[in-house]
Amino acid sequence: MNSFFGRLLAPFRNTTGLARWILVTGLIITGTFVIAAIFAPILAPYGFAQMSVAGVDFPKTSPPGPGHLFGTNNQFYDILSRVIWGAQTAISVVLLSVVLSALIGVPLGLLSGYVGRWTDRILVFIMDALYAFPSLLLAIVFAFLLQHSIGSGVISAALSLTVIYIPQYFRVVRNTTVSAREATYVEAARALGAKNGTIMGRYLFSNVIQSVPVIATLNAADAISTLAALGFLGLGIQPTDASEWGYDLSRALQDASAGIWWTGFFPGMAIVGLVMGLTLVGEGLNETINPTLRKRRFRKVTLPPRTPGREEVGS
Amino acid sequence: MLLIIPMMWVLLTMVFILLRVAPGDPVSAAVGGKLDPTVIAARRASLGLDRPLIVQYFEYLGQVIRLDFGKTLSDNRPVLDIIRDNGGATLTLTIGAFLFALVIGIPLGLIAGRRRDSIADVLIRLFGVITYAAPIFFVGLLIQMFVARPLGLPTSGIASPRTQFMVGSAPKTHILLFDAALSGDGNAFMDVLIHHLLPCLTLGLLVCGVFIRLVRVNILQTLQSDYVEAARARGIPENKVIRDHAFRNALVPVVTVIGLQAAMLLGGAVLTENTFNWPGLGTQLVHYIEALDYPAVQGLVTFFAAIVVVVSLAVDVINALIDPRVRYR
Repeated sequence: MNSFFGRLLAPFRNTTGLARWILVTGLIITGTFVIAAIFAPILAPYGFAQMSVAGVDFPKTSPPGPGHLFGTNNQFYDILSRVIWGAQTAISVVLLSVVLSALIGVPLGLLSGYVGRWTDRILVFIMDALYAFPSLLLAIVFAFLLQHSIGSGVISAALSLTVIYIPQYFRVVRNTTVSAREATYVEAARALGAKNGTIMGRYLFSNVIQSVPVIATLNAADAISTLAALGFLGLGIQPTDASEWGYDLSRALQDASAGIWWTGFFPGMAIVGLVMGLTLVGEGLNETINPTLRKRRFRKVTLPPRTPGREEVGS
Repeated sequence: MLLIIPMMWVLLTMVFILLRVAPGDPVSAAVGGKLDPTVIAARRASLGLDRPLIVQYFEYLGQVIRLDFGKTLSDNRPVLDIIRDNGGATLTLTIGAFLFALVIGIPLGLIAGRRRDSIADVLIRLFGVITYAAPIFFVGLLIQMFVARPLGLPTSGIASPRTQFMVGSAPKTHILLFDAALSGDGNAFMDVLIHHLLPCLTLGLLVCGVFIRLVRVNILQTLQSDYVEAARARGIPENKVIRDHAFRNALVPVVTVIGLQAAMLLGGAVLTENTFNWPGLGTQLVHYIEALDYPAVQGLVTFFAAIVVVVSLAVDVINALIDPRVRYR
């Protein structure tokens, strides 16, 4: 067990100053949001759609104060509670969409890269077209369609995000597979009579999977803002189903001209915080895992003391 | 470059499959529950939705080739009219945003690249990360609260009602900024220009982070190249080396990235327009989505797809003109 963690942490221990700093800061920020998401029922003072406590209504758009730390909005909701519950929504949607898109994108990329020929060409072409299309627009179209067939909730939001991230896993995995396919160890496996499935599953998979964590965290960061964008445009999750930062920001728009800053500021800062945290983790991981960017920490070398009596040349 | 036709075809097919073949019927979505089934069936027939899908598909492709994007269902308006009436606002918004992004991004990237690892470098890179991480509608909201209110700048629409009435009622170019300029009314032109200020800045901030990063990395790379070293060895002053030798070459990739950013900029424009109540294509798209108007959404999305493909082609051509290395590949 110890050695397993030791091996898991080995790349981390080898990182140098800046990469480690980026990774640690990112992990702390992201960790805070994850904790808020998991313990939302305990941490949030009220429910996300709660408008009154013990029969007394919350004040409407009251500024931050002792009763409501972040204030309330014009729907009588407590903003602190909505920000905390919003972390739960954001993280569950993004987790679901990232896992789903990796589950679809990675095997497709592996297949496309290994099989080659027409399968490869067609898949690459479709994925390139998906990739070229403005991702927000694609998510909007999917959210619009899913709203109709399965309603608007966490699942349909996650599905609309899944579509836009599949091509990224596909491209990276496919390209690594194409280069790994010709490697000697694959040739050796083939010579030993390994089936295609075995080569893909055992030999190629573990080699191409290494770049996936980096893409996944960077996609997660992007997915947070896309989810918020969908909510902002009114295509996301309904406010009574779950708390969503983007929706709250769209409601806050009308407050801005009246000088009411707290209804939009706190949900917005939550988005910025989580996106930055995830981006830092992704960048940090990239510099830790990616061998071309990795800078190993040099171990200090102590030279044996000079033996007296040997003259230095040229002095 | 010939890839443009299959690319376009794949995108169009995708749009068709998503909006026509996928479950959900345009007519009952738009008027569902209000009309009885026979009327709905008649409406479907009049729109040609009762014919085999393959026929509809080829008809759709044929329409797009003739630059016909169909008609809306909710108010029976040709999509081309929407593009004509609202496209101008989106066009000036995105061009203005690019100008802001270049004006902010390139100098900052240059400074960060020249003074690597200095405080200025760290701050500028942080600024780039934050503008990229912050959702555009939040940046827009902050600008409305903390910039527009104190300065008294407009935050909604493309012109004040008076200008809209004076200039907008007799459009010549359908681009309000140009119409205002052509009308010879200085006040109207300034009014439209001032309305552009904050939305363009907001959208520009989204893109400038990309420019900062790109210019910085390119400056770092070119400063280490042999020809810069050679220029220095010849005793050319450092400022001149940077200006005439390093900077010029560092800017070539910016053109490529402008093309790559077009897709991002379109998505950003949809959000910016909805933040600033901007009468562009993005607000129209959201309006028709809310109306559950399938044909309108299909037409507008098709148009967006076409724009992306055309812009990427244009950038390829410009790139070949600027950079001789691209041409001979």
